[in-house]
Amino acid sequence: MLTDVMMYWLLSVVRRQRTSQGWQTWSLARSSSTSAEAHPVTLPTQAQVVICGGGVMGTSVAYHLSKMGWKDIILLEQGRLAAGSTRFCAGILSTARHVTIEQKMADYSNKLYQQLEQETGIQTGYIRTGSIFLAQTQDRLISLKRINSRLNVIGIPSEIISPKKVAELHPLLNVHDLVGAMHVPEDAVVSSADVALALASAASQNGVQIYDRTSVLHVMVKKGQVTGVETDKGQIECQYFVNCAGQWAYELGLSNEEPVSIPLHACEHFYLLTRPLETPLQSSTPTIVDADGRIYIRNWQGGILSGGFEKNPKPIFTEGKNQLEIQNLQEDWDHFEPLLSSLLRRMPELESLEIMKLVNCPETFTPDMRCIMGESPSVQGYFVLAGMNSAGLSFGGGAGKYLAEWMVHGYPSENVWELDLKRFGALQSSRTFLRHRVMEVMPLLCDLKVPRWDFQTGRQLRTSPLYDRLDAQGARWMEKHGFERPKYFVPPDKDLLALEQSKTFYKPDWFEIVESEVKCCKEAVCVIDMSSFTKFEITCSPVLLQVETAQIRLPEYWLVAFSPELHCLSGHGAQPDALMLALLCSLTLKSTGDQALEVLQYLFSNDLDVPVGHIVHTGMLNEAGGYENDCSIARLNKRSFFMISPTDQQVHCWAWLKKHMPEDSSLLLEDVTWKYTALNLIGPRAVDVLSELSYAPMTPEHFPSLFCKEMSVGYANGIRVMSMTHTGEPGFMLYIPIEYALHVYNEVMSVGQKYGIRNAGYYALRSLRIEKFFAFWGQDLNTLTTPLECGRESRVKLEKGMDFMGREALLQQKQNGVYKRLTMFILDDHDTDLDLWPWWGEPIYRNGRYVGKTTSSAYGYTLERHVCLGFVHNFSEDTGEEQVVTADFINRGEYEIDIAGHRFQAKAKLYPVPSLFAYKRRKDDVELSDLHGK
Amino acid sequence: MFSDAMPAPTQLFFPLIRNCELSRIYGTACYCHHKHLCCSPPYISQSRLRYTPHPAYATFCRPKENWWQYTQGRRYASTPQKFYLTPPQVNSILKANEYSFKVPEFDGKNVSSVLGFDSNQLPANAPIEDRRSAATCLQTRGMLLGVFDGHAGCACSQAVSERLFYYIAVSLLPHETLLEIENAVESGRALLPILQWHKHPNDYFSKEASKLYFNSLRTYWQELIDLNTGESTDIDVKEALINAFKRLDNDISLEAQVGDPNSFLNYLVLRVAFSGATACVAHVDGVDLHVANTGDSRAMLGVQEEDGSWSALTLSNDHNAQNERELERLKLEHPKNEAKSVVKQDRLLGLLMPFRAFGDVKFKWSIDLQKRVIESGPDQLNDNEYTKFIPPNYYTPPYLTAEPEVTYHRLRPQDKFLVLATDGLWETMHRQDVVRIVGEYLTGMHHQQPIAVGGYKVTLGQMHGLLTERRAKMSSVFEDQNAATHLIRHAVGNNEFGAVDHERLSKMLSLPEELARMYRDDITIIVVQFNSHVVGAYQNQD
Repeated sequence: MLTDVMMYWLLSVVRRQRTSQGWQTWSLARSSSTSAEAHPVTLPTQAQVVICGGGVMGTSVAYHLSKMGWKDIILLEQGRLAAGSTRFCAGILSTARHVTIEQKMADYSNKLYQQLEQETGIQTGYIRTGSIFLAQTQDRLISLKRINSRLNVIGIPSEIISPKKVAELHPLLNVHDLVGAMHVPEDAVVSSADVALALASAASQNGVQIYDRTSVLHVMVKKGQVTGVETDKGQIECQYFVNCAGQWAYELGLSNEEPVSIPLHACEHFYLLTRPLETPLQSSTPTIVDADGRIYIRNWQGGILSGGFEKNPKPIFTEGKNQLEIQNLQEDWDHFEPLLSSLLRRMPELESLEIMKLVNCPETFTPDMRCIMGESPSVQGYFVLAGMNSAGLSFGGGAGKYLAEWMVHGYPSENVWELDLKRFGALQSSRTFLRHRVMEVMPLLCDLKVPRWDFQTGRQLRTSPLYDRLDAQGARWMEKHGFERPKYFVPPDKDLLALEQSKTFYKPDWFEIVESEVKCCKEAVCVIDMSSFTKFEITCSPVLLQVETAQIRLPEYWLVAFSPELHCLSGHGAQPDALMLALLCSLTLKSTGDQALEVLQYLFSNDLDVPVGHIVHTGMLNEAGGYENDCSIARLNKRSFFMISPTDQQVHCWAWLKKHMPEDSSLLLEDVTWKYTALNLIGPRAVDVLSELSYAPMTPEHFPSLFCKEMSVGYANGIRVMSMTHTGEPGFMLYIPIEYALHVYNEVMSVGQKYGIRNAGYYALRSLRIEKFFAFWGQDLNTLTTPLECGRESRVKLEKGMDFMGREALLQQKQNGVYKRLTMFILDDHDTDLDLWPWWGEPIYRNGRYVGKTTSSAYGYTLERHVCLGFVHNFSEDTGEEQVVTADFINRGEYEIDIAGHRFQAKAKLYPVPSLFAYKRRKDDVELSDLHGK
Repeated sequence: MFSDAMPAPTQLFFPLIRNCELSRIYGTACYCHHKHLCCSPPYISQSRLRYTPHPAYATFCRPKENWWQYTQGRRYASTPQKFYLTPPQVNSILKANEYSFKVPEFDGKNVSSVLGFDSNQLPANAPIEDRRSAATCLQTRGMLLGVFDGHAGCACSQAVSERLFYYIAVSLLPHETLLEIENAVESGRALLPILQWHKHPNDYFSKEASKLYFNSLRTYWQELIDLNTGESTDIDVKEALINAFKRLDNDISLEAQVGDPNSFLNYLVLRVAFSGATACVAHVDGVDLHVANTGDSRAMLGVQEEDGSWSALTLSNDHNAQNERELERLKLEHPKNEAKSVVKQDRLLGLLMPFRAFGDVKFKWSIDLQKRVIESGPDQLNDNEYTKFIPPNYYTPPYLTAEPEVTYHRLRPQDKFLVLATDGLWETMHRQDVVRIVGEYLTGMHHQQPIAVGGYKVTLGQMHGLLTERRAKMSSVFEDQNAATHLIRHAVGNNEFGAVDHERLSKMLSLPEELARMYRDDITIIVVQFNSHVVGAYQNQD
C-alpha cells in the first residue's frame, strides 16, 4: 500500500534519474522534492514489521520480506531514502571476500542488482566491469590465491593473472612493481542510491509502506518483546522491528529502555572524484583494488573515483550524533595525501587530471570487521542489520535476504554465526572500546589477512586472576569475547619476531615452543588457564508457588509453624529437623525437580538424568537438529547442573536458554563465568599432582573419566574437579572460585615441579584436540550441523524416554542418512617447513571433484602431520544436488586439500587415529627422568 | 642560606647584560640569587624594563644578538667547545621536566572542556624556585592549574604548590561534603579523595609536613562547617579562590608563629614563612574560567580569530610597579608620609618586586613579632643576616598581601588555549609572540590551515606536490611533543627573526649553574588546551 505521496515522490525521482544520471542530479532531486512536506502524512498505527533506515540495507530487507509474502511492513527513514552512507557509496560491487558467507552474500547481491532494472524499471547504472586485485608482494598473492580457490568452488569465476595481463586489462596501470593479480570478471559497479530506490520501489509495489522524514525515537518493549515504535510522528504498534540505521544503529539500540547493544562505530572515509580524462575512461574499465597501496580505483563518468583505507583513520560520532561534526565533514587533503601518492604511483598518467572533489563519507565499522545481523539476545522481535565495514553495497542484497529468511522462517538458509549479533555482548559496547577498535579495524581492511591474527586494541578487558603471573612467565595472549587467553609461553631465552614480521602463511616462529608444550602435555603435565569458557549454573529451585500447593494438603497450623523455615529451605536445601517437615520438603522438591529436569531434557539432546557427579557431553539442538551450542554438563547434585560452553557462547547460549525455557519454569539460570577460574591440567602426570595436593586417590578406579567432584586442592576447599580436558588427553579441569585461583595455581606449580609441570597455551590445546578429532562449536560445528553429521551419535540419546528439540529431525536423518559428514584429513605430502600451512576454508577435493571445505586445522605433533577437519558433501555429478554421504563414500575416495591453489594429498578419517600415544608413552616413561626438575 | 655573594667580580657583568636586566641582575649579584628580593638599594637607578609598550624601549631591547656576540667574545672565546651541546643533548635538557596530561576520553558523556595540558619548567636557579601544580577536583567539577614563582628560596613556593589547591577545593565544597569528610576523619574512615593530582615525577610533596598541613586544612574546613548558616547553597568560585589564598597565607604565617616541637618541621615552617611565592591559578569548569593571580606571573588566553590568526587576551594583572592600580592601592593603604618610601626603584620598600605574595612575613609581621620569632627560632635562622634584616621605612605593616585578583572569563569556541607562566617567560617574550607560537604549534599538530579545492582548477599532480611539501614542513618544524617545551625552546633560543637558533639555545643551556641566573630566570609554563567542540556545545545550550 504505497501512499500516494510516496508513489509520486518515488516516480518523480525515477523520472529525474532517467533524464540524466549522476551525483549532482541526485542531490538536486533531494532538494527539490518537497512534496512530502507539503502534505503532512499520518502514520498507520500498527503494522507487523517496522524497518528503520531507508538505505540499501533497510530497502533490501523490505524488498525480501515483501517477496516472501509478508505484506504488513512499514519502512521509516529519518531523512530521504538512500540519503545516508548509501548515497555516498563508491558503488563497487565485489565478491572477493575472505569469508565464504560474505562471498555468498556478495554473489547474490550481484545477481539481484543485475536484474533489478528489468524488474523495477529503475536505472541502477549496473555495469559489469570486473575487478582486478593487485599483489605487490608474494604474501599478498598467496592471500589472493586463497580467495581465488574459494570463489571458484562456489561458482564465481576468477583467475590469478600475470602483471602483463593486468596491463592488457587496464590501460593506465603501472604494473612494474606487481607480482601478480586476481581477476574477477563478473564484479560490477552500480549506483547504490539507485539500487536502494529500485528496491524500495519494488517493495512498495509489493505493499510495503515507506515514510521518509520520520525518525524513530525508540522502540517500545514489553516483557522482552517488541511491542511498537515511538516516532516523531506518532506511535506504531508492531511485532518486529528491524534496525537498519547504519552508523546510527548503535545509538538507536541504546535508546530503548531495555538497551540493545549493537557494537559499531563510524570513521571518516575519503574518496576522490576527478573530471573526465582527455580520452574519457570507458565505463567498462575494470575496478582496481591495490590493497598494498591501500586504495581502490574505479571508472567514474570518464574520470576516476579513488579512495582507500588509511593507516590512521579518523573515528567520528563517538559521542553520538553531533551536528558540529556533521557540519565539519570536510575534505581533508593532508589526511588523503598518502592515498593520493599511492594512486599516482599506480597510475602516473593521472598527474595532469583535474580534481573535481574529495568526498568525505563516514563508513561504519564493527569490532571484528564482519557485519552485524540477527535478533537481539534480550529483546525478541528486535532485528538488526548494520555495520557493513564499507561493503554495504556488496552485501546489501544477500544480507537483506538472509535477515528476511531469519524473520520469516526463524532461520536463515546459511550459517551466519560469524555475522550474528549474538557473537557480541554488552561488553563490546563501550564507546571508548569501539572508538579504539575501529581505528584498528579500518586499516585492517587493506592489511594482509594472515592466520592467527589478534586484534591489538581493546585488549585486557576480561582477564583471569592469574593474568599477571602468566604474563610474567612469558605468556603471549589472544583474545576471545574480550577475554585474554594465553597462546603459548615464550621461554626466557627465546625471542620471537616482532608483530609485523611474524605475519606468515608458512610455518610460524612459535612452532618449536608449542611443540614442547604439546610434548609436555603428552608426557608429563601442563596447566592451561581456560577461565574464558562460558559457565552457567542451572538450578531446579523449588519456588514458593509449589510450596503453597503442597501446603494445601496440610493442616493449617503447620503452615504457621513452619513457613519461615520452609522459605529458607526452599532456597538452600538445609537439613530440616522435623520429620514431617522433611517429608513435606522432599515432596515439593521432587515435584518441582522433576518438572525442571523435564525442561532440561527437552533442551539438551543427551540424557541429563545421570547420577550426581557425572558429566555429560551434549548438544543444544534446534528443531532442525543443528547445534545451537555444544557443551559439557556436570550434575552437581540432584537439583543443579554446571554447564560449560565455548567462550563466545556467553550471549547466544543464554538467549537460547531464556527463549526456550517455559516462563513459569522453576529453573534458575545463573551466569557464573566470572566466579570461577578454570585450570586445565593435561597430561599423564596430572593424576599425581592432584592426588598429592588433595590427599585423595585420583586413579581411574576412584575418579573415572567424565566425573565431577568438589574437593580440596591445597588449602582451598570446594574446588570442582572434573576428569576431562577438552582434548581427549588424560587430565582434569579445575573450576576454582576466583579468590583461591592464585593459591591453587601456586600449589599446582610447586607440587607439579617434580612431575615436570609447565604452562601451556591454547595453541597446544588446539593441536591436541584437532589431532584427536575434537570438533569445536563456532569453528567446526554450527547451527546447520547435526550430531549425526559429525559422528556424535553417542552424544545424543534418541531414546531417552521423552522428546527433545531436534529429535524428530535426527530420527529422520538417521533413517535417510546424512548429506555431509565431518571428516578428519591428514595431509600426506605436505612439507611443514616449506609448504603453505592450511588454515580453514580450504576446498576439499575427492577424486578430483570439489566436495566441501575445511573448518579448522592444526599441526599434529604426535602424528607429525597437518590435520584438517572439514565437511565432505556428495554432489551429484549430473545435477549438483546433494546426496547421502556414507562412511563408504568417505573411505573410498582419494582426497586433496587446496591450499592457495596448490593441492596436497590427504588421508580421510572418520574416527580419530588410534593413538600412537599408548605405545609412545611406555617408551617415554623411561625418558621422563629427563624432564624432572626442568 | 639566602645570599651567597656571586663569586665573579661585579664589573665583569656589565657588558654582558641586557640593559633591561641591569638593575635586576645587579641586585641579584650583590645579594641573593633571586630577582624578587634585593636587600640593599641597587647602585644603578635605571628602571627595570620588561615589556614596555613604548616602541623606543622595545627597539632598545630587541637586538639581543649584540650582547650575545659580546658575550661570546668575552666569555666563550677561550673555551668554544666546552659548552657546546648537540641537539639531542639540548632536547634532553629541555624535556627533562616536561609533562603532558590528556583528559581521558570517557564514554562520550563525561566530556570535559579541557582536552589536556602540557607543562614544563627550565631552571635557572639551583635549585629551581618555580613550582607548578595541576589537579582535577574530584568532589566538585573542574580542573585546577597553577604556576608558583618562589623567591628567597623555594620553601614557600613548594608549600604553596602542595597546599593551595586543597584550600581551594575545600572552599568549593558544599556543606554536606564537608560534613561527610569531617565525619570520616572523626571516625577514622577512609576519606573521600578531593583532588587527583597530575604530577611530573620531579614534582614532589613533602612527607614530613603532611600531617601538619593536614591539621591546618582540617581546622579550615571545620570553620567552614561552623560558619555555614544553612542558607546559601551556591558557592561563588571567585570568593572561594580569594578565601583559599588568604587562608593559606594566614596559616603559613600562624604555623611559623606557633612553631613545631619537631625541630626539622619548626625550621621548615619558618623557612616557608620567610621566603615568598607568587601564584597564578586557573580554575576551569565547563565554560567558566577563573584566574586568581597574586604577583607577577601571568595567564594569557590564546584566541583564534576567524581568519585563523592568533591574538592574546590577558586574564591577569601583574602586581608590580608597572601596574598603576597597584601603586595606587599601596599608597592608599599606608599613611601619606610613606607615599615615597613604600615603593622605591619599582620595588616594595625598595626591596621586593612583586607587590603581592605568599609568605614573606618580613613584609607582613610587625617588627616585634619578627624579632620574637627569630630569637626563639633555631640557630640557623638567627644567624641569617637576611632574615634578621628589617626592611627600611617599615612603619605600618603589613605591606604585603596574598589576596589574589580574580578574573572571570566565559570560554568561547575561539578560545583555544590558556598559557600560565612565571615571569621568566614573559620577560623574554611578548605575549603576542607567545600566543602565536603556541597557536601555530597546536594547530600544526592537528591541522594546518586546511586546503580546499573549491572552484579552482587543480590537477592531481599539483595537489600531490603541495601536500608533500606541507608534510615535510610539518615533520621538520615540530620536533616537540609538548607545547610548553616548544615555548621554552623559543623563549631561550629565539634569534632576531623569531626563529630558534640552535647555537644560541645550546649556549644558553650550557651556562654553568652559577651564571645561568644572570641570563635568564626560572621558566615555568602550563599550556591548557580547550575542547572547542565541548565549549561550542555549551554555548549552543544557552
